[in-house]
Amino acid sequence: MILAGFAIGAQRGFFYIRAEYPLAIKRIEKAIEQAYERGLLGNNILGSGFSFDLEIRLGAGAFVCGEETALIESIEGKRGTPRSRPPFPADKGLWNHPTIINNVETLATVAQIIYRGGEWLAAIGTEKSKGTKVFAITGKVKNSGLVEIPMGMTIGEVVFGIAGGVLGGRKLMAVQTGGPSGGVIPLKLIDTKISYEHLAEVGSIMGSGGLIVMDEDDCMVDIPRFYLRFCVEESCGKCAPCRIGGFQMLQILDRIAEGKGVESDLKQMQRIAQGMQKASLCALGQTAPNPVLSTMKYFPEEYRQHVEDKKCRAGKCTKMVQYTIDQTHCKKCKLCVVNCPVGAISGSREAGYVVDQVKCIKCGTCYEVCKFKAIVRK
Amino acid sequence: MGVVCLNCKFFSVFAKHARTSLTENSMGKNTLTKADNPAENQDKMIAGLADKWRDKKGSLIMALHDVQSHYGYVPRDVARKLAHQLDVPLARIYEVITFYNYFKLTPPGKHRISVCLGTACYLKGAPELIAEVESLLGIKEGQTTSDGLFQMDVVRCLGCCGLAPVMTVSEEEGNKVYAKLSRKQVAEIIAKYSKPGAIEKK
Repeated sequence: MILAGFAIGAQRGFFYIRAEYPLAIKRIEKAIEQAYERGLLGNNILGSGFSFDLEIRLGAGAFVCGEETALIESIEGKRGTPRSRPPFPADKGLWNHPTIINNVETLATVAQIIYRGGEWLAAIGTEKSKGTKVFAITGKVKNSGLVEIPMGMTIGEVVFGIAGGVLGGRKLMAVQTGGPSGGVIPLKLIDTKISYEHLAEVGSIMGSGGLIVMDEDDCMVDIPRFYLRFCVEESCGKCAPCRIGGFQMLQILDRIAEGKGVESDLKQMQRIAQGMQKASLCALGQTAPNPVLSTMKYFPEEYRQHVEDKKCRAGKCTKMVQYTIDQTHCKKCKLCVVNCPVGAISGSREAGYVVDQVKCIKCGTCYEVCKFKAIVRK
Repeated sequence: MGVVCLNCKFFSVFAKHARTSLTENSMGKNTLTKADNPAENQDKMIAGLADKWRDKKGSLIMALHDVQSHYGYVPRDVARKLAHQLDVPLARIYEVITFYNYFKLTPPGKHRISVCLGTACYLKGAPELIAEVESLLGIKEGQTTSDGLFQMDVVRCLGCCGLAPVMTVSEEEGNKVYAKLSRKQVAEIIAKYSKPGAIEKK
Protein backbone atom coordinates (compact mmCIF):
# COMPACT_ATOMS: atom_id res chain seq x y z
CA MET A 1 0.00 0.00 0.00
CA ILE A 2 2.93 2.29 0.68
CA LEU A 3 4.21 1.47 -2.80
CA ALA A 4 0.79 2.18 -4.27
CA GLY A 5 0.78 5.50 -2.45
CA PHE A 6 4.21 6.29 -3.83
CA ALA A 7 3.14 5.35 -7.35
CA ILE A 8 0.22 7.78 -7.42
CA GLY A 9 1.73 10.42 -5.18
CA ALA A 10 -0.75 10.04 -2.32
CA GLN A 11 0.04 11.18 1.18
CA ARG A 12 -2.60 9.36 3.14
CA GLY A 13 -3.97 5.85 3.08
CA PHE A 14 -6.85 4.17 4.85
CA PHE A 15 -7.56 0.57 5.67
CA TYR A 16 -11.27 -0.12 5.71
CA ILE A 17 -11.86 -3.30 7.69
CA ARG A 18 -15.02 -4.98 8.88
CA ALA A 19 -15.50 -4.54 12.61
CA GLU A 20 -16.62 -8.16 12.71
CA TYR A 21 -13.08 -9.32 11.96
CA PRO A 22 -11.15 -8.44 15.12
CA LEU A 23 -8.14 -10.54 14.21
CA ALA A 24 -7.63 -8.70 10.92
CA ILE A 25 -7.86 -5.37 12.73
CA LYS A 26 -5.33 -6.42 15.33
CA ARG A 27 -2.84 -7.62 12.75
CA ILE A 28 -3.05 -4.51 10.60
CA GLU A 29 -2.68 -2.32 13.68
CA LYS A 30 0.47 -4.16 14.55
CA ALA A 31 1.79 -3.94 11.01
CA ILE A 32 1.19 -0.18 10.87
CA GLU A 33 2.87 0.28 14.24
CA GLN A 34 5.91 -1.70 13.12
CA ALA A 35 6.11 0.19 9.84
CA TYR A 36 6.19 3.50 11.73
CA GLU A 37 8.85 2.16 14.09
CA ARG A 38 11.08 1.18 11.21
CA GLY A 39 10.59 4.40 9.33
CA LEU A 40 8.55 2.87 6.51
CA LEU A 41 5.66 5.21 7.27
CA GLY A 42 5.55 8.82 8.33
CA ASN A 43 7.60 11.77 7.16
CA ASN A 44 10.37 11.40 4.61
CA ILE A 45 10.32 7.61 4.34
CA LEU A 46 13.85 6.20 4.20
CA GLY A 47 15.16 9.59 3.18
CA SER A 48 13.22 9.50 -0.09
CA GLY A 49 11.38 12.72 0.49
CA PHE A 50 8.10 10.77 0.22
CA SER A 51 5.74 10.95 3.19
CA PHE A 52 2.84 8.60 3.79
CA ASP A 53 0.46 7.99 6.69
CA LEU A 54 -1.83 5.05 7.18
CA GLU A 55 -4.80 4.61 9.45
CA ILE A 56 -7.61 2.16 10.05
CA ARG A 57 -11.29 2.84 9.63
CA LEU A 58 -13.79 0.23 10.71
CA GLY A 59 -16.86 -0.87 8.87
CA ALA A 60 -20.03 -1.39 10.84
CA GLY A 61 -21.89 -4.12 9.07
CA ALA A 62 -23.05 -2.72 5.77
CA PHE A 63 -22.53 -4.85 2.67
CA VAL A 64 -22.90 -1.92 0.31
CA CYS A 65 -19.79 -0.31 1.82
CA GLY A 66 -17.77 -2.71 -0.30
CA GLU A 67 -18.79 -0.52 -3.22
CA GLU A 68 -16.05 2.05 -3.71
CA THR A 69 -18.03 5.26 -3.47
CA ALA A 70 -20.08 3.93 -0.55
CA LEU A 71 -16.82 3.00 1.12
CA ILE A 72 -15.62 6.57 0.70
CA GLU A 73 -18.81 7.90 2.28
CA SER A 74 -18.33 5.50 5.18
CA ILE A 75 -14.72 6.57 5.75
CA GLU A 76 -16.01 10.12 5.83
CA GLY A 77 -18.21 9.03 8.73
CA LYS A 78 -21.52 9.11 6.89
CA ARG A 79 -24.11 6.59 5.82
CA GLY A 80 -22.54 4.32 3.25
CA THR A 81 -24.54 5.23 0.16
CA PRO A 82 -22.94 5.19 -3.29
CA ARG A 83 -22.35 8.38 -5.20
CA SER A 84 -23.27 8.83 -8.81
CA ARG A 85 -20.40 8.76 -11.23
CA PRO A 86 -18.82 10.73 -12.86
CA PRO A 87 -16.89 12.23 -11.17
CA PHE A 88 -15.05 9.00 -10.50
CA PRO A 89 -13.09 8.64 -7.28
CA ALA A 90 -9.85 8.98 -9.21
CA ASP A 91 -10.90 12.58 -9.89
CA LYS A 92 -12.95 13.36 -6.80
CA GLY A 93 -12.99 10.80 -4.04
CA LEU A 94 -12.41 11.05 -0.33
CA TRP A 95 -13.22 14.62 0.76
CA ASN A 96 -13.16 15.43 -2.96
CA HIS A 97 -9.50 14.52 -3.31
CA PRO A 98 -8.40 12.11 -6.03
CA THR A 99 -8.64 8.63 -4.52
CA ILE A 100 -7.74 5.13 -5.58
CA ILE A 101 -9.52 2.19 -3.97
CA ASN A 102 -8.09 -1.27 -4.19
CA ASN A 103 -8.85 -4.59 -2.68
CA VAL A 104 -6.28 -5.91 -0.27
CA GLU A 105 -5.77 -8.91 -2.53
CA THR A 106 -4.72 -6.62 -5.38
CA LEU A 107 -2.32 -4.67 -3.21
CA ALA A 108 -0.83 -7.87 -1.86
CA THR A 109 0.21 -8.76 -5.40
CA VAL A 110 2.14 -5.51 -5.82
CA ALA A 111 4.95 -6.61 -3.54
CA GLN A 112 5.27 -9.89 -5.40
CA ILE A 113 5.37 -8.14 -8.77
CA ILE A 114 8.12 -5.78 -7.60
CA TYR A 115 10.00 -8.74 -6.22
CA ARG A 116 9.68 -11.11 -9.17
CA GLY A 117 8.85 -8.87 -12.08
CA GLY A 118 5.77 -8.34 -14.21
CA GLU A 119 6.62 -11.17 -16.62
CA TRP A 120 6.43 -13.66 -13.81
CA LEU A 121 2.87 -12.67 -12.97
CA ALA A 122 1.84 -12.39 -16.61
CA ALA A 123 2.97 -15.97 -17.19
CA ILE A 124 0.26 -17.20 -14.83
CA GLY A 125 -3.37 -17.20 -15.85
CA THR A 126 -5.34 -16.73 -19.05
CA GLU A 127 -4.94 -14.18 -21.79
CA LYS A 128 -7.06 -11.54 -20.13
CA SER A 129 -6.96 -12.58 -16.47
CA LYS A 130 -3.45 -12.74 -15.09
CA GLY A 131 -2.10 -14.06 -11.86
CA THR A 132 -3.82 -16.01 -9.15
CA LYS A 133 -7.07 -15.70 -7.27
CA VAL A 134 -7.96 -16.65 -3.74
CA PHE A 135 -11.24 -18.51 -3.39
CA ALA A 136 -13.28 -19.43 -0.39
CA ILE A 137 -14.70 -22.85 -1.22
CA THR A 138 -17.63 -23.83 0.90
CA GLY A 139 -21.03 -25.42 0.81
CA LYS A 140 -21.50 -29.12 0.21
CA VAL A 141 -17.86 -30.07 -0.30
CA LYS A 142 -15.54 -32.35 1.61
CA ASN A 143 -12.75 -29.80 2.14
CA SER A 144 -13.91 -26.26 2.60
CA GLY A 145 -11.58 -23.34 3.11
CA LEU A 146 -9.41 -20.83 1.31
CA VAL A 147 -7.40 -21.78 -1.76
CA GLU A 148 -5.24 -19.76 -4.10
CA ILE A 149 -5.44 -20.99 -7.66
CA PRO A 150 -3.93 -19.83 -10.93
CA MET A 151 -6.48 -18.14 -13.17
CA GLY A 152 -7.71 -20.44 -15.89
CA MET A 153 -8.21 -23.51 -13.74
CA THR A 154 -11.64 -25.03 -14.33
CA ILE A 155 -14.36 -25.05 -11.69
CA GLY A 156 -14.41 -28.84 -11.86
CA GLU A 157 -10.71 -29.06 -11.05
CA VAL A 158 -11.24 -26.92 -7.99
CA VAL A 159 -14.38 -28.68 -6.75
CA PHE A 160 -13.43 -32.28 -7.42
CA GLY A 161 -9.67 -31.88 -7.13
CA ILE A 162 -8.79 -29.43 -4.39
CA ALA A 163 -12.06 -29.55 -2.49
CA GLY A 164 -12.29 -33.33 -2.68
CA GLY A 165 -15.70 -33.55 -4.30
CA VAL A 166 -19.25 -33.27 -3.02
CA LEU A 167 -20.04 -34.13 0.58
CA GLY A 168 -21.53 -37.55 1.22
CA GLY A 169 -20.95 -38.69 -2.36
CA ARG A 170 -24.01 -36.81 -3.53
CA LYS A 171 -24.50 -35.40 -6.98
CA LEU A 172 -23.31 -31.90 -7.72
CA MET A 173 -26.13 -29.64 -8.79
CA ALA A 174 -24.51 -26.29 -9.34
CA VAL A 175 -21.72 -24.00 -8.27
CA GLN A 176 -22.21 -20.40 -7.38
CA THR A 177 -19.40 -17.89 -7.57
CA GLY A 178 -18.89 -14.32 -6.56
CA GLY A 179 -20.91 -13.84 -3.39
CA PRO A 180 -24.58 -12.85 -3.13
CA SER A 181 -24.62 -11.18 -6.52
CA GLY A 182 -22.89 -13.87 -8.50
CA GLY A 183 -24.57 -16.28 -10.86
CA VAL A 184 -25.29 -19.96 -10.45
CA ILE A 185 -23.36 -22.24 -12.80
CA PRO A 186 -24.89 -25.66 -13.52
CA LEU A 187 -23.10 -28.99 -13.59
CA LYS A 188 -22.98 -29.05 -17.38
CA LEU A 189 -20.75 -25.98 -17.37
CA ILE A 190 -18.40 -27.34 -14.74
CA ASP A 191 -15.48 -27.13 -17.17
CA THR A 192 -15.77 -23.36 -17.31
CA LYS A 193 -12.42 -21.76 -16.65
CA ILE A 194 -12.11 -19.49 -13.66
CA SER A 195 -11.25 -16.11 -15.11
CA TYR A 196 -13.04 -12.79 -15.35
CA GLU A 197 -14.01 -13.27 -18.98
CA HIS A 198 -15.07 -16.92 -18.78
CA LEU A 199 -17.22 -16.41 -15.71
CA ALA A 200 -18.87 -13.42 -17.31
CA GLU A 201 -19.68 -15.55 -20.36
CA VAL A 202 -21.77 -17.95 -18.28
CA GLY A 203 -23.53 -15.12 -16.44
CA SER A 204 -21.57 -15.08 -13.23
CA ILE A 205 -18.82 -12.95 -11.76
CA MET A 206 -15.55 -13.33 -9.91
CA GLY A 207 -16.91 -10.93 -7.30
CA SER A 208 -15.77 -11.56 -3.78
CA GLY A 209 -14.13 -14.86 -4.65
CA GLY A 210 -16.64 -17.15 -3.06
CA LEU A 211 -17.28 -20.56 -4.54
CA ILE A 212 -20.29 -22.30 -3.18
CA VAL A 213 -21.07 -25.87 -4.04
CA MET A 214 -24.67 -27.04 -4.08
CA ASP A 215 -25.91 -30.59 -4.31
CA GLU A 216 -29.20 -32.12 -5.37
CA ASP A 217 -30.76 -31.27 -2.00
CA ASP A 218 -30.64 -27.59 -2.82
CA CYS A 219 -33.54 -25.89 -4.50
CA MET A 220 -32.76 -23.59 -7.41
CA VAL A 221 -35.64 -21.29 -6.51
CA ASP A 222 -34.83 -21.13 -2.82
CA ILE A 223 -31.13 -20.29 -3.33
CA PRO A 224 -31.67 -17.17 -5.47
CA ARG A 225 -34.41 -16.18 -3.06
CA PHE A 226 -31.91 -16.32 -0.22
CA TYR A 227 -29.39 -14.21 -2.15
CA LEU A 228 -31.95 -11.73 -3.29
CA ARG A 229 -33.28 -11.31 0.25
CA PHE A 230 -29.75 -10.49 1.32
CA CYS A 231 -29.35 -7.88 -1.42
CA VAL A 232 -32.74 -6.36 -0.62
CA GLU A 233 -31.85 -6.06 3.05
CA GLU A 234 -28.47 -4.60 2.24
CA SER A 235 -29.70 -2.19 -0.40
CA CYS A 236 -28.95 1.30 0.87
CA GLY A 237 -32.18 2.62 -0.59
CA LYS A 238 -30.67 5.58 -2.40
CA CYS A 239 -31.69 4.65 -5.92
CA ALA A 240 -35.12 3.38 -6.91
CA PRO A 241 -34.26 0.52 -9.29
CA CYS A 242 -32.40 -1.34 -6.57
CA ARG A 243 -34.69 -0.41 -3.67
CA ILE A 244 -38.00 -1.05 -5.40
CA GLY A 245 -36.91 -3.54 -8.06
CA GLY A 246 -35.22 -5.84 -5.60
CA PHE A 247 -38.18 -5.75 -3.26
CA GLN A 248 -40.68 -6.51 -6.00
CA MET A 249 -38.60 -9.35 -7.35
CA LEU A 250 -38.34 -10.84 -3.90
CA GLN A 251 -42.11 -10.64 -3.47
CA ILE A 252 -42.58 -12.58 -6.68
CA LEU A 253 -40.03 -15.19 -5.66
CA ASP A 254 -41.66 -15.55 -2.26
CA ARG A 255 -44.96 -16.11 -4.01
CA ILE A 256 -43.45 -18.76 -6.25
CA ALA A 257 -41.87 -20.49 -3.27
CA GLU A 258 -45.24 -20.56 -1.53
CA GLY A 259 -46.82 -22.25 -4.49
CA LYS A 260 -48.78 -19.17 -5.53
CA GLY A 261 -46.71 -18.33 -8.58
CA VAL A 262 -48.25 -17.76 -12.01
CA GLU A 263 -46.58 -18.02 -15.37
CA SER A 264 -46.44 -14.29 -15.99
CA ASP A 265 -44.34 -13.92 -12.83
CA LEU A 266 -41.29 -15.26 -14.61
CA LYS A 267 -41.53 -12.70 -17.40
CA GLN A 268 -42.18 -9.96 -14.91
CA MET A 269 -39.05 -10.89 -12.98
CA GLN A 270 -36.99 -10.71 -16.13
CA ARG A 271 -38.31 -7.25 -16.88
CA ILE A 272 -37.54 -5.99 -13.38
CA ALA A 273 -34.09 -7.57 -13.54
CA GLN A 274 -33.31 -5.73 -16.75
CA GLY A 275 -34.36 -2.46 -15.21
CA MET A 276 -32.18 -3.05 -12.19
CA GLN A 277 -29.20 -4.01 -14.28
CA LYS A 278 -29.44 -0.95 -16.45
CA ALA A 279 -30.52 1.74 -14.05
CA SER A 280 -29.07 1.01 -10.62
CA LEU A 281 -26.54 3.44 -9.25
CA CYS A 282 -23.99 0.90 -8.13
CA ALA A 283 -22.95 -2.68 -8.65
CA LEU A 284 -25.11 -3.95 -5.79
CA GLY A 285 -28.31 -3.22 -7.67
CA GLN A 286 -26.84 -4.01 -11.07
CA THR A 287 -25.78 -7.48 -10.06
CA ALA A 288 -28.45 -8.39 -7.51
CA PRO A 289 -30.64 -10.09 -10.16
CA ASN A 290 -27.76 -12.35 -11.28
CA PRO A 291 -28.63 -15.38 -9.12
CA VAL A 292 -32.27 -15.21 -10.21
CA LEU A 293 -31.48 -14.74 -13.89
CA SER A 294 -28.88 -17.48 -13.99
CA THR A 295 -31.09 -20.03 -12.24
CA MET A 296 -33.98 -19.13 -14.54
CA LYS A 297 -31.68 -19.68 -17.48
CA TYR A 298 -30.09 -22.94 -16.39
CA PHE A 299 -32.87 -24.51 -14.35
CA PRO A 300 -36.10 -23.52 -16.10
CA GLU A 301 -37.53 -26.92 -15.21
CA GLU A 302 -37.33 -26.14 -11.49
CA TYR A 303 -39.19 -22.87 -11.93
CA ARG A 304 -41.79 -24.63 -14.07
CA GLN A 305 -42.30 -27.24 -11.36
CA HIS A 306 -42.76 -24.57 -8.71
CA VAL A 307 -45.15 -22.49 -10.79
CA GLU A 308 -47.19 -25.16 -12.59
CA ASP A 309 -46.98 -28.32 -10.50
CA LYS A 310 -46.62 -26.47 -7.17
CA LYS A 311 -43.85 -28.86 -6.25
CA CYS A 312 -40.38 -28.31 -4.85
CA ARG A 313 -38.09 -31.13 -5.88
CA ALA A 314 -35.61 -30.52 -3.07
CA GLY A 315 -38.24 -29.99 -0.40
CA LYS A 316 -36.72 -26.63 0.58
CA CYS A 317 -39.75 -24.51 -0.20
CA THR A 318 -41.47 -25.72 2.92
CA LYS A 319 -44.88 -24.27 2.19
CA MET A 320 -45.25 -26.65 -0.74
CA VAL A 321 -43.95 -29.75 0.97
CA GLN A 322 -46.22 -32.51 2.16
CA TYR A 323 -45.18 -34.99 4.80
CA THR A 324 -46.76 -38.42 4.71
CA ILE A 325 -46.03 -41.71 6.42
CA ASP A 326 -44.99 -44.70 4.38
CA GLN A 327 -46.80 -47.55 6.16
CA THR A 328 -44.52 -50.25 4.76
CA HIS A 329 -41.45 -48.71 6.43
CA CYS A 330 -43.19 -47.51 9.58
CA LYS A 331 -42.30 -49.55 12.67
CA LYS A 332 -44.99 -47.83 14.77
CA CYS A 333 -42.40 -46.52 17.23
CA LYS A 334 -44.44 -43.33 17.80
CA LEU A 335 -41.31 -41.17 17.79
CA CYS A 336 -42.89 -38.80 15.28
CA VAL A 337 -46.13 -38.65 17.25
CA VAL A 338 -44.29 -37.67 20.41
CA ASN A 339 -42.07 -35.12 18.70
CA CYS A 340 -44.63 -33.37 16.51
CA PRO A 341 -44.94 -29.87 18.02
CA VAL A 342 -48.54 -29.42 16.90
CA GLY A 343 -49.91 -32.92 17.44
CA ALA A 344 -50.64 -33.43 13.78
CA ILE A 345 -49.80 -37.13 13.74
CA SER A 346 -52.39 -39.54 15.07
CA GLY A 347 -53.41 -43.17 14.77
CA SER A 348 -52.77 -46.45 16.51
CA ARG A 349 -50.39 -49.37 16.30
CA GLU A 350 -53.01 -51.44 14.53
CA ALA A 351 -54.34 -48.91 12.06
CA GLY A 352 -51.04 -47.09 11.46
CA TYR A 353 -50.25 -43.40 11.85
CA VAL A 354 -51.17 -40.56 9.56
CA VAL A 355 -50.23 -36.89 9.25
CA ASP A 356 -53.10 -34.43 9.42
CA GLN A 357 -52.23 -32.08 6.53
CA VAL A 358 -54.36 -29.27 7.92
CA LYS A 359 -52.65 -29.26 11.30
CA CYS A 360 -49.16 -29.88 9.91
CA ILE A 361 -46.91 -26.80 10.04
CA LYS A 362 -44.30 -28.46 7.80
CA CYS A 363 -41.51 -28.06 10.31
CA GLY A 364 -39.85 -31.31 9.30
CA THR A 365 -39.36 -32.61 12.83
CA CYS A 366 -40.96 -35.97 12.06
CA TYR A 367 -38.76 -36.37 9.00
CA GLU A 368 -35.71 -35.77 11.15
CA VAL A 369 -36.57 -37.99 14.10
CA CYS A 370 -37.75 -41.00 12.11
CA LYS A 371 -35.13 -43.71 12.28
CA PHE A 372 -36.70 -45.88 9.58
CA LYS A 373 -37.06 -43.31 6.80
CA ALA A 374 -40.80 -43.87 6.89
CA ILE A 375 -41.65 -40.19 6.58
CA VAL A 376 -41.98 -39.18 2.96
CA ARG A 377 -41.28 -35.57 2.06
CA LYS A 378 -42.70 -34.46 -1.24
CA MET B 1 -3.47 2.63 28.32
CA GLY B 2 -6.70 4.52 27.96
CA VAL B 3 -9.05 2.63 30.19
CA VAL B 4 -12.39 2.76 28.47
CA CYS B 5 -14.43 0.00 29.90
CA LEU B 6 -13.05 -1.37 33.11
CA ASN B 7 -16.48 -1.96 34.48
CA CYS B 8 -18.01 -3.04 31.25
CA LYS B 9 -19.52 -6.48 31.25
CA PHE B 10 -20.96 -6.64 27.79
CA PHE B 11 -18.46 -6.40 25.09
CA SER B 12 -17.96 -8.15 21.85
CA VAL B 13 -14.69 -9.68 20.78
CA PHE B 14 -13.96 -6.54 18.89
CA ALA B 15 -14.45 -4.47 22.00
CA LYS B 16 -11.71 -6.34 23.74
CA HIS B 17 -9.24 -5.47 21.06
CA ALA B 18 -10.52 -1.99 20.74
CA ARG B 19 -9.85 -1.38 24.39
CA THR B 20 -6.27 -2.36 24.26
CA SER B 21 -5.35 -1.00 20.90
CA LEU B 22 -7.54 1.42 19.03
CA THR B 23 -8.12 3.52 22.06
CA GLU B 24 -4.58 3.24 23.19
CA ASN B 25 -2.89 4.69 20.14
CA SER B 26 -4.16 8.17 20.11
CA MET B 27 -5.71 8.79 23.48
CA GLY B 28 -3.93 10.56 26.27
CA LYS B 29 -2.83 8.33 29.11
CA ASN B 30 -5.52 7.54 31.60
CA THR B 31 -7.89 10.21 30.46
CA LEU B 32 -10.78 7.91 31.13
CA THR B 33 -10.06 6.41 34.50
CA LYS B 34 -12.97 5.17 36.49
CA ALA B 35 -14.66 7.82 38.54
CA ASP B 36 -16.86 7.21 41.54
CA ASN B 37 -19.85 9.01 40.16
CA PRO B 38 -21.35 7.17 37.16
CA ALA B 39 -22.63 10.33 35.51
CA GLU B 40 -19.29 12.01 35.94
CA ASN B 41 -17.64 8.88 34.65
CA GLN B 42 -19.79 9.00 31.56
CA ASP B 43 -19.08 12.68 30.95
CA LYS B 44 -15.38 12.06 31.27
CA MET B 45 -15.55 9.18 28.89
CA ILE B 46 -17.39 11.17 26.27
CA ALA B 47 -15.04 14.10 26.67
CA GLY B 48 -12.10 11.74 26.22
CA LEU B 49 -13.68 10.25 23.12
CA ALA B 50 -14.38 13.64 21.68
CA ASP B 51 -10.81 14.76 22.29
CA LYS B 52 -9.55 11.67 20.62
CA TRP B 53 -11.62 12.00 17.46
CA ARG B 54 -12.52 15.70 17.18
CA ASP B 55 -9.58 16.67 15.00
CA LYS B 56 -9.81 13.67 12.77
CA LYS B 57 -12.02 14.18 9.78
CA GLY B 58 -14.94 11.80 9.39
CA SER B 59 -14.36 9.90 12.58
CA LEU B 60 -17.96 9.69 13.79
CA ILE B 61 -18.19 5.98 13.05
CA MET B 62 -14.99 5.31 14.96
CA ALA B 63 -16.27 7.29 17.95
CA LEU B 64 -19.51 5.29 17.87
CA HIS B 65 -17.50 2.08 17.80
CA ASP B 66 -15.81 3.20 21.00
CA VAL B 67 -19.16 4.02 22.62
CA GLN B 68 -20.65 0.70 21.65
CA SER B 69 -17.66 -1.28 22.84
CA HIS B 70 -18.07 0.40 26.22
CA TYR B 71 -21.83 0.12 26.68
CA GLY B 72 -22.71 -2.72 24.33
CA TYR B 73 -25.04 -0.30 22.55
CA VAL B 74 -25.33 3.41 21.91
CA PRO B 75 -27.44 4.95 24.69
CA ARG B 76 -29.42 8.01 23.71
CA ASP B 77 -28.01 10.30 26.39
CA VAL B 78 -24.48 9.37 25.41
CA ALA B 79 -25.28 10.03 21.77
CA ARG B 80 -26.68 13.42 22.73
CA LYS B 81 -23.59 14.37 24.70
CA LEU B 82 -21.34 13.09 21.95
CA ALA B 83 -23.24 15.17 19.41
CA HIS B 84 -22.67 18.23 21.55
CA GLN B 85 -18.98 17.50 22.06
CA LEU B 86 -18.21 16.64 18.45
CA ASP B 87 -20.47 19.40 17.16
CA VAL B 88 -22.51 17.10 14.92
CA PRO B 89 -26.31 17.12 14.88
CA LEU B 90 -27.91 14.29 16.86
CA ALA B 91 -29.81 13.42 13.69
CA ARG B 92 -26.54 12.67 11.93
CA ILE B 93 -25.61 10.23 14.67
CA TYR B 94 -29.02 8.60 14.55
CA GLU B 95 -28.82 8.38 10.79
CA VAL B 96 -25.47 6.62 10.96
CA ILE B 97 -26.47 4.25 13.77
CA THR B 98 -29.58 3.11 11.98
CA PHE B 99 -27.80 2.61 8.68
CA TYR B 100 -25.18 0.23 9.98
CA ASN B 101 -26.20 -3.16 11.32
CA TYR B 102 -23.42 -3.22 13.85
CA PHE B 103 -24.71 -0.36 15.97
CA LYS B 104 -27.50 -1.04 18.42
CA LEU B 105 -29.94 1.34 20.08
CA THR B 106 -31.08 -1.06 22.78
CA PRO B 107 -29.08 -2.76 25.52
CA PRO B 108 -27.95 -6.26 24.67
CA GLY B 109 -28.98 -9.38 26.57
CA LYS B 110 -26.44 -11.01 28.83
CA HIS B 111 -25.71 -13.73 26.33
CA ARG B 112 -25.91 -12.60 22.76
CA ILE B 113 -26.59 -15.55 20.52
CA SER B 114 -25.50 -14.83 16.98
CA VAL B 115 -26.57 -17.32 14.38
CA CYS B 116 -24.63 -16.99 11.17
CA LEU B 117 -26.71 -16.77 8.02
CA GLY B 118 -23.93 -16.58 5.49
CA THR B 119 -24.38 -18.69 2.39
CA ALA B 120 -22.42 -21.67 3.65
CA CYS B 121 -24.33 -21.75 6.93
CA TYR B 122 -27.61 -21.27 5.10
CA LEU B 123 -26.96 -24.29 2.92
CA LYS B 124 -25.96 -26.38 5.87
CA GLY B 125 -29.05 -25.73 7.91
CA ALA B 126 -28.77 -22.34 9.66
CA PRO B 127 -32.49 -21.62 9.16
CA GLU B 128 -33.27 -24.65 11.31
CA LEU B 129 -30.96 -23.38 14.04
CA ILE B 130 -32.71 -20.03 13.98
CA ALA B 131 -36.12 -21.68 14.20
CA GLU B 132 -34.91 -23.79 17.10
CA VAL B 133 -33.53 -20.83 19.06
CA GLU B 134 -36.74 -18.92 18.40
CA SER B 135 -38.92 -21.75 19.61
CA LEU B 136 -36.76 -22.47 22.65
CA LEU B 137 -36.48 -18.90 23.85
CA GLY B 138 -39.75 -17.56 22.50
CA ILE B 139 -38.02 -14.56 20.90
CA LYS B 140 -37.59 -13.41 17.37
CA GLU B 141 -34.48 -12.14 15.67
CA GLY B 142 -33.07 -9.04 17.37
CA GLN B 143 -35.15 -9.50 20.51
CA THR B 144 -34.08 -10.10 24.09
CA THR B 145 -35.75 -12.52 26.48
CA SER B 146 -37.81 -10.90 29.23
CA ASP B 147 -35.25 -11.91 31.86
CA GLY B 148 -32.53 -10.18 29.83
CA LEU B 149 -30.49 -13.35 29.72
CA PHE B 150 -30.54 -14.04 26.00
CA GLN B 151 -30.58 -12.02 22.87
CA MET B 152 -30.77 -13.57 19.45
CA ASP B 153 -29.33 -12.02 16.34
CA VAL B 154 -29.03 -13.31 12.84
CA VAL B 155 -25.70 -12.15 11.51
CA ARG B 156 -23.93 -12.02 8.18
CA CYS B 157 -20.99 -14.31 7.83
CA LEU B 158 -18.85 -14.78 10.90
CA GLY B 159 -15.91 -15.53 8.65
CA CYS B 160 -15.57 -19.23 9.39
CA CYS B 161 -17.55 -20.84 6.57
CA GLY B 162 -15.52 -24.03 6.87
CA LEU B 163 -17.21 -24.68 10.21
CA ALA B 164 -20.77 -24.11 9.00
CA PRO B 165 -23.33 -23.89 10.43
CA VAL B 166 -21.95 -21.63 13.13
CA MET B 167 -23.43 -19.90 16.13
CA THR B 168 -21.66 -17.75 18.72
CA VAL B 169 -22.72 -17.00 22.26
CA SER B 170 -21.18 -14.05 24.05
CA GLU B 171 -19.64 -14.82 27.40
CA GLU B 172 -17.79 -12.60 29.83
CA GLU B 173 -14.49 -13.52 28.23
CA GLY B 174 -15.62 -12.96 24.67
CA ASN B 175 -17.52 -14.92 22.09
CA LYS B 176 -17.70 -18.66 22.24
CA VAL B 177 -18.00 -20.24 18.81
CA TYR B 178 -20.12 -23.35 18.32
CA ALA B 179 -19.41 -24.99 15.01
CA LYS B 180 -20.95 -27.66 12.78
CA LEU B 181 -24.15 -27.54 14.76
CA SER B 182 -27.23 -29.63 14.48
CA ARG B 183 -30.67 -28.66 15.65
CA LYS B 184 -30.43 -30.92 18.68
CA GLN B 185 -27.24 -29.32 19.96
CA VAL B 186 -28.88 -25.90 20.14
CA ALA B 187 -31.03 -26.89 23.11
CA GLU B 188 -27.99 -28.25 24.96
CA ILE B 189 -26.05 -25.06 24.38
CA ILE B 190 -28.87 -22.82 25.53
CA ALA B 191 -29.43 -24.99 28.58
CA LYS B 192 -25.79 -24.48 29.48
CA TYR B 193 -26.30 -20.74 29.79
CA SER B 194 -29.69 -20.70 31.44
CA LYS B 195 -30.72 -21.38 34.98
CA PRO B 196 -31.51 -25.05 35.58
CA GLY B 197 -35.03 -25.91 34.50
CA ALA B 198 -35.69 -22.50 33.03
CA ILE B 199 -35.88 -23.66 29.46
CA GLU B 200 -38.62 -25.94 28.39
CA LYS B 201 -39.41 -26.54 24.80
CA LYS B 202 -42.55 -24.70 23.85
